[in-house]
Amino acid sequence: MTSAKTPLLALTGVSKRYGGVTANAGIDLIVDPGSIHAILGENGAGKSTLMKLIYGVQSPDEGQILWKGQPVRLGSPADARRLGIGMVFQHFSLFETLSVVQNISLIVPGSQKTLGARIRALGDEFGLTVDPDAMVHALSVGERQRVEIIRCLLLNPDLLILDEPTSVLPPQSVKKLFETLRALQAKGMAILFISHKLEEIKDLCDTATILRAGRVTGRVTPAEHSAKDLATLMIGRAMPPPMPAVARSGGELRLQISGLSHDNDDPFGLPLKDLSLTLRSGEILGIAGISGNGQQDLAALISGEIVQARSARDTLRLMGQPMADQGAAARRALGFAFVPEERLGRGAVPDMSLSDNALLTAHGAGLVTGGFISRAAERAFTADIIDRFDVRTPGPQAEAGALSGGNLQKFILGREITLAPKVLLVSQPTWGVDIGAATDIRRRLIEMRNDGAAILVISEELEELFQICDRLHVLHKGRLSPSLITAQVTAEEVGAYMIGAGPTKGAAA
Amino acid sequence: MKISFIRRDRASRWAMILAPILAFVGAIATSIILFTALGKDPALALYSLVLEPFLSWYNFSEILLKMAPLLLIAQGLAIGFRANVFNIGAEGQLVMGAIAASALPVWYPLGDSALMLPAMLLMGALGGMAWAAIAALFRTRFNANEILVTLMLTLIAVQILNYLLLGPWKDPKGFNFPQSVRFPDAALLPTLLPGTRVNISLLFAFVVSALCYVFMRHRFSGYQLLVGGLAPRAASYAGFSQSRAVWISLCIGGLCAGLAGAAEVSGPLGQLQRSVTLGYGYSAIIVAYLGGLNPLGIVLSAFVMSAIYIGGDNAMVSADLPIAAVWVFQGLLLTFYLAGLTFIRHRLIFLPSTRKAAP
Amino acid sequence: MNAIEFILAGMLAAATPMLLAALGELVVERTGVLNLGLEGMMALGAALGFITTYTYGSHLLGFGAAALGGAVLSLVFALVVLGFVANQVAAGLAIGILGTGLSSLFGKSFESLTITGLPKLALPLLSDVPVIGPTLFVQDIVVWLTLLFAVGLWAVLNHTKLGLMIRAVGENPHAARAIGFRVLTIRCLAIAFGGAMAGIAGAYASTVYTPLWADGMIAGRGWIALALVVFGTWQTGRIAFGAVLFGALSLGELVTQAGGVNIPSQILACVPYVVTILMLAVISSNRRRMRQNTVASLGQPFQP
Repeated sequence: MTSAKTPLLALTGVSKRYGGVTANAGIDLIVDPGSIHAILGENGAGKSTLMKLIYGVQSPDEGQILWKGQPVRLGSPADARRLGIGMVFQHFSLFETLSVVQNISLIVPGSQKTLGARIRALGDEFGLTVDPDAMVHALSVGERQRVEIIRCLLLNPDLLILDEPTSVLPPQSVKKLFETLRALQAKGMAILFISHKLEEIKDLCDTATILRAGRVTGRVTPAEHSAKDLATLMIGRAMPPPMPAVARSGGELRLQISGLSHDNDDPFGLPLKDLSLTLRSGEILGIAGISGNGQQDLAALISGEIVQARSARDTLRLMGQPMADQGAAARRALGFAFVPEERLGRGAVPDMSLSDNALLTAHGAGLVTGGFISRAAERAFTADIIDRFDVRTPGPQAEAGALSGGNLQKFILGREITLAPKVLLVSQPTWGVDIGAATDIRRRLIEMRNDGAAILVISEELEELFQICDRLHVLHKGRLSPSLITAQVTAEEVGAYMIGAGPTKGAAA
Repeated sequence: MKISFIRRDRASRWAMILAPILAFVGAIATSIILFTALGKDPALALYSLVLEPFLSWYNFSEILLKMAPLLLIAQGLAIGFRANVFNIGAEGQLVMGAIAASALPVWYPLGDSALMLPAMLLMGALGGMAWAAIAALFRTRFNANEILVTLMLTLIAVQILNYLLLGPWKDPKGFNFPQSVRFPDAALLPTLLPGTRVNISLLFAFVVSALCYVFMRHRFSGYQLLVGGLAPRAASYAGFSQSRAVWISLCIGGLCAGLAGAAEVSGPLGQLQRSVTLGYGYSAIIVAYLGGLNPLGIVLSAFVMSAIYIGGDNAMVSADLPIAAVWVFQGLLLTFYLAGLTFIRHRLIFLPSTRKAAP
Repeated sequence: MNAIEFILAGMLAAATPMLLAALGELVVERTGVLNLGLEGMMALGAALGFITTYTYGSHLLGFGAAALGGAVLSLVFALVVLGFVANQVAAGLAIGILGTGLSSLFGKSFESLTITGLPKLALPLLSDVPVIGPTLFVQDIVVWLTLLFAVGLWAVLNHTKLGLMIRAVGENPHAARAIGFRVLTIRCLAIAFGGAMAGIAGAYASTVYTPLWADGMIAGRGWIALALVVFGTWQTGRIAFGAVLFGALSLGELVTQAGGVNIPSQILACVPYVVTILMLAVISSNRRRMRQNTVASLGQPFQP
């Protein structure tokens, strides 16, 4: 680098391995004071690992970290904070049973009273309003992010790291976050902004370091490059073209939810109120919305993991039959299948082989006869999935826990698709999956739709929903928006529903 | 230098075999230190604890005698443990099984029907099962933790036993000892090996082991229990009923323990007495774990554990060790084994420290 | 002395061993670790406490030895569940069996010996109140210290940064680690603390409450202490209330015998166990309340 200033942070040749997997290899990175620096890379490129090294959560196996020109060894996040590094985690590091100010007092010195006043003052200055005495479990995802940012700012850092901060925000809130970040930059703070969204980085960042498969593949000024160039650096080829979304009108009614309400056992959960939707064969219906607005319960209510009282049995009908009071097994017997958002521990048993994991939901597909498990049938079924869905694994005997997130998702999706379901529910289909696999997963869903399956997709990724869905509902605070026809709405309109400001006119179908 | 565990791609068979062996070595080593500290002769103690049981036919047959209840109970418990249903009250279920079985000979002390023995075994099994079913009911209906409930039920069962033996069931001709009448011949289990006390309950234990093996390895319902234990959310995702798993686990566990209790009173004891509760129900927990919760492994660990029991009896006489030494040894064995278990799915790696980057 | 006076006089002392052990376990569980070995650690504490007090004639030394013994045993547990990430239920049972075995091994030659307990202290003023004064407010020093300790623990857990840290680690160890807490260190210290408390609880039972050593003398009190933590929904005050309730219940056997009521003593001995089961059912069946109060990561292994 030719920068005249001493870099705020410089990494030279930093590597990190987990077992046999190299997450970071020989990373060089230079962050100048007062700059907004992007780390761009797709899922699994090693961005989060790199941030954990900089924040002292993990230690590098090799290489050197220089802070303001001095080599440093970061043994813990406390060391990093002492130097002036703050971090906002992707999956927030907040404690739900504590209040905002209690959470903050865990790492920021001072009495809760003075902290409360400082939280309010900072909120006013940077547009990060939040009630210090609110319990964290009662906050929305956006508010929690503000709490995380405030917690960092109270320690007056020179460098603020944000790990995928926009993935949990609707479009409107992203703009507000960017304003906040620019205001912080104006105060002289440097920001390390991690993302895989090209447009955002072009919009916000001064410089970008691009990672692919754990290595640096480029250092650029994003404003001077096209999104296509950036994509090529990020995934090694051009971004796959989006699938043509052909609007279709569905066939027979497969899933009907009418007036479904649910009050969670979880005291911190959000009740679902009076939900209604219909899903027909040959269509993909999307449920948009920020996580934490009732998606988990909605999925569990449809899958039968949560069973309703008998009096409410009509609130959910599968293939015309009232099923709200029936368990998951009964619903699957009617031709329902489900790919949950948690792959390990829900969609698959980590300590069991892929073969035995096939048995989990495919036992009806000839793998069990007279109550006895047929190991041969199980292996053949599994080998077939591995083959057809390109699951990278040593074989059917490999344990599910040893597979990467993307490969496991392909396996689970393959298992559920092979059951030829009449109704398929997929929750967060491409979370943590690399772009190649994600494209493949979306293509498979569209194929199934074309073959007449009824598919319900719950996803945080608005772009994804726009690519594959025929219609959309938005889930916000436990309520569903009217049905929106994807081809007729804009991201901004959907975004308005995501923050509960949806118009009553317009695109409702 | 930094040491940490890394997950293996798949479970290591070597570690599976080595873990119990290393646990045994570790427990022996620790025991030597402990016995020496207590002023006992460690060589003599170990000789009587570990070797002596195998040096005479009589001792060896006693191992087989003790093995029957341990094996029977451990097989039943292991199924529950694999399903994450922690029945630690097998001792109480054994006691209730023994009481239920004893009811017949106590009420008909002169009975000579050929049906007497089968009926006793059946009542024993049902008695143990019913006692465990209380815990299943409380767990499924009221969400009450089965660990605590089964344990409390054990404490209650022991009091019921005491009450019966000191009150209504006390042998009027028993010199006021807390024991029932001696059972008639029709209520006693036939001997399996002539000249020893080993009875046919050992065969029951092997049959139950075989059934458990088939159930856990080849039956879909066994697989469902396994899933429930390894990943409860996956079981609920697949639609496997959690209540059903609790009921099956506790009922099988109670049934096996109850049968073991019936076999004790109709076997070596020949009457209902306080020594029916010798702690087999607790030892069986260790047997189950030490056998890797695997029906075949449990056969082996039940044998080893009963040898330790016999060894403990020897050590009491020859090395002046209290019988509690057996409990210490069993506790050590399980502790070491649980530590060793980690290596089945993890391996240790040694990372060089990165201090060269220090300022 | 009538039955009510008898219960008033005895229930606090009867509650003390269970309360001490339950408060220790509360801290352990608040950090997300379930140590089922309470009964064994109490037994070991009881044996060591008795032996030391008998040998050196000092209750203080006895309590010290018991605390040390309980802590050392619990550190073995800590090594297995934190270092080797073992199943906490199984490891707790193993430690329980080990502790019980060690207690009989060590206590063997002290069987049926007796020592003198601690003198009762009358609280000034309060002990002058009629009826409850000379009964409830005349207790040995350990009872008063235990109650004081319960208040202190409540304050620490709810009103200090240390308490916040403990709760944070128990709720979400991964987040706690991400913000720089040493989760395993905190859990290890909590386990050692719980072990020491269980040891002290056992020593109180064997050197003050009934100043003699008998094999098996803990008689399920460790398990009741575990149940008390659930019964008290992980809250100090409710646990203390539960302990006193069970203390009173455990006196029922003596009261009815003294009163000449003809109920077999074995049936009365069952009362605390039956009540434990029923209480667990009543408290646990309110799933919403359980989830609100339970420790989110309880019993789950954590690997940094």
